[in-house]
Amino acid sequence: MYATDLRVVAGDATLLGPVALTVGAGDWVNVIGPNGAGKTTLLRALGGLADFAGRVDHHGKPLEALSRRERARGVGFVAQSPTIPAGLTVEQYVLFGRAPYLRPLAAEGPYDFEVVARTLAELGLAGLSEREVQTLSGGERQRAALARALAQEPRLLLLDEPTSALDIGHQQEVLELVDRLRRDIGLTVISTMHDLTLAARYGDHIVMLASGQVVASGPPVQVLTGPHLAAHYGARVDVITHRGQLAVVPIREDGTPSSLSAPQPSPRTKEHRDARTQPR
Amino acid sequence: MASTRHPTRPPASWLAAAAAAALAVLAAAVAIGPISLPFSDVAAVLVDRLPLVSVDHGVAPVTAAIITEVRLPRVILAGLVGSVLATAGTAFQATFRNPLADPYLLGAAGGAGLGVTVALTETGGSLGTANPGVTMAAFAGALLAVALAYALGSSADGRSGASLILAGVAVAALFAALQTLLLQRDDEAVRDVYAWLLGRLNVAGWDEVRLLAPSAAVAVGAMVGAARRLDLLALGDDEAESLGVNAARLRLGVIGAATLGTAAAVAVSGLIGFVGIIVPHAIRLRAGPSYRRLLPLAAILGVPFLCGADLLARTLLAPAEIPIGVVTAVVGAPFFLALLRANRVGRA
Repeated sequence: MYATDLRVVAGDATLLGPVALTVGAGDWVNVIGPNGAGKTTLLRALGGLADFAGRVDHHGKPLEALSRRERARGVGFVAQSPTIPAGLTVEQYVLFGRAPYLRPLAAEGPYDFEVVARTLAELGLAGLSEREVQTLSGGERQRAALARALAQEPRLLLLDEPTSALDIGHQQEVLELVDRLRRDIGLTVISTMHDLTLAARYGDHIVMLASGQVVASGPPVQVLTGPHLAAHYGARVDVITHRGQLAVVPIREDGTPSSLSAPQPSPRTKEHRDARTQPR
Repeated sequence: MASTRHPTRPPASWLAAAAAAALAVLAAAVAIGPISLPFSDVAAVLVDRLPLVSVDHGVAPVTAAIITEVRLPRVILAGLVGSVLATAGTAFQATFRNPLADPYLLGAAGGAGLGVTVALTETGGSLGTANPGVTMAAFAGALLAVALAYALGSSADGRSGASLILAGVAVAALFAALQTLLLQRDDEAVRDVYAWLLGRLNVAGWDEVRLLAPSAAVAVGAMVGAARRLDLLALGDDEAESLGVNAARLRLGVIGAATLGTAAAVAVSGLIGFVGIIVPHAIRLRAGPSYRRLLPLAAILGVPFLCGADLLARTLLAPAEIPIGVVTAVVGAPFFLALLRANRVGRA
């Protein structure tokens, strides 16, 4: 996938761009950036869901040269919090992923049901196919949304903050699943991420956006640096290496990584020392 | 493996049962009235009316005329109106992802009301089957109101449909105000206008059926044909687009079809409320949220619903008639409130 001079404009305001981005087949790229940086806008433009100027190619073909249905067969999109109508079962929901392959007024055939059954099995949802999606847990629901996108048999999967509603266990479960699928079926993944440590852990490449511009792009070690995060997030963090992997750790003004550290009088500010030594 | 029953299409047995219910109520509605007629006579006369079939039914010509010229057009008109309103309500609920949307959401009722009021006050016309001008004014008014709401509402924010609903509310309020102004200057027309507003199947003849049938067929066909895409639209515009649906075009097409059908229905029958809410939600309780099931079932079951309501309207206080809009509202309002209560949970 290849994008150049990509811009998204709303009225007089430029929401995004110009952005240039190249993503190889089978890569996993995470898009990070502070709130309002244009992460979701970028994702939607790359999938052809937002009007854009410039050029986006999917597998060598310009996006606007593809019909909607052709595009939908190649690109799966999972929204940050998918809208799922009450009463809809997992099987009904995942079957919607076959829509791009159906002619108008046609019904799903045996192959469509086979794809759905296979996808449900791959994602560990086979036993839940008759359950209502709204009654599932957060992790199960996110897997159902992934299954719906994967039933499109896409080559590119766009995920908008796939883990934002999940606890850390389910975050790992969903991201591990995406990674396994990426390896198994050669899926290309572009995901927006809020959690920087997870963004470093999964995926090969990070794009950092701020105010609609790409401000850093490259492997996690090059993008996730203290100065970058300070400049664009206004964050005070340490980027540490733990077991050979990056971790982004918020720091307090006194320099201790977290309040769990042994309480030591800080030499830097009198206020802090006073606060810490006050009896409870 | 795939289940034997398709998860989102209506089973053939459901469609057959719905059609049988529709036919049974249609037959009962033709047979029951001030003069009760045996089913066998009704059947014989109707079969005799079919092309190339001749039955020596032995029914008196006057009785046969009651069947074919008085009751049959009224029953068929009620069925068509019921089908159109139920389908349009279902389609609007899908289009706006709002379970409480009904066919008059974008101002069709206010537009038709103003059209009728203009026709009756400014031209000195009067109500009745012999006045196609009033019917056409209602039709034009309804189309105009929805077109205005669409033009105003879709430019601001074409994606969510929320501004479209607000524009519909504004247009309806404007048209209602203009209608009040006109009626204040001409109080003789007030009665006629209100008689029309409360529903006027009682003056129905074949002319009304001929006027409504083509619009109804096109509108219901287009909405049922869009059912699968409306299922995708229920997931949100972005996800629908990612599945290959042009959300803006689908919304415009469905609103256009629903408005064509609703405007024609309102023009021949007056304002009949709640059909577009009751029928889809009653079906939803049994058939689930898939519009591929809801839309065809609503198109069929709207027929017996409104035929039955009309039957009640003309028999409960016979020989007097209750306006059908009152019957559907008296049944519909409590249902609507129960629905609201049930909807407290899990809806935005």
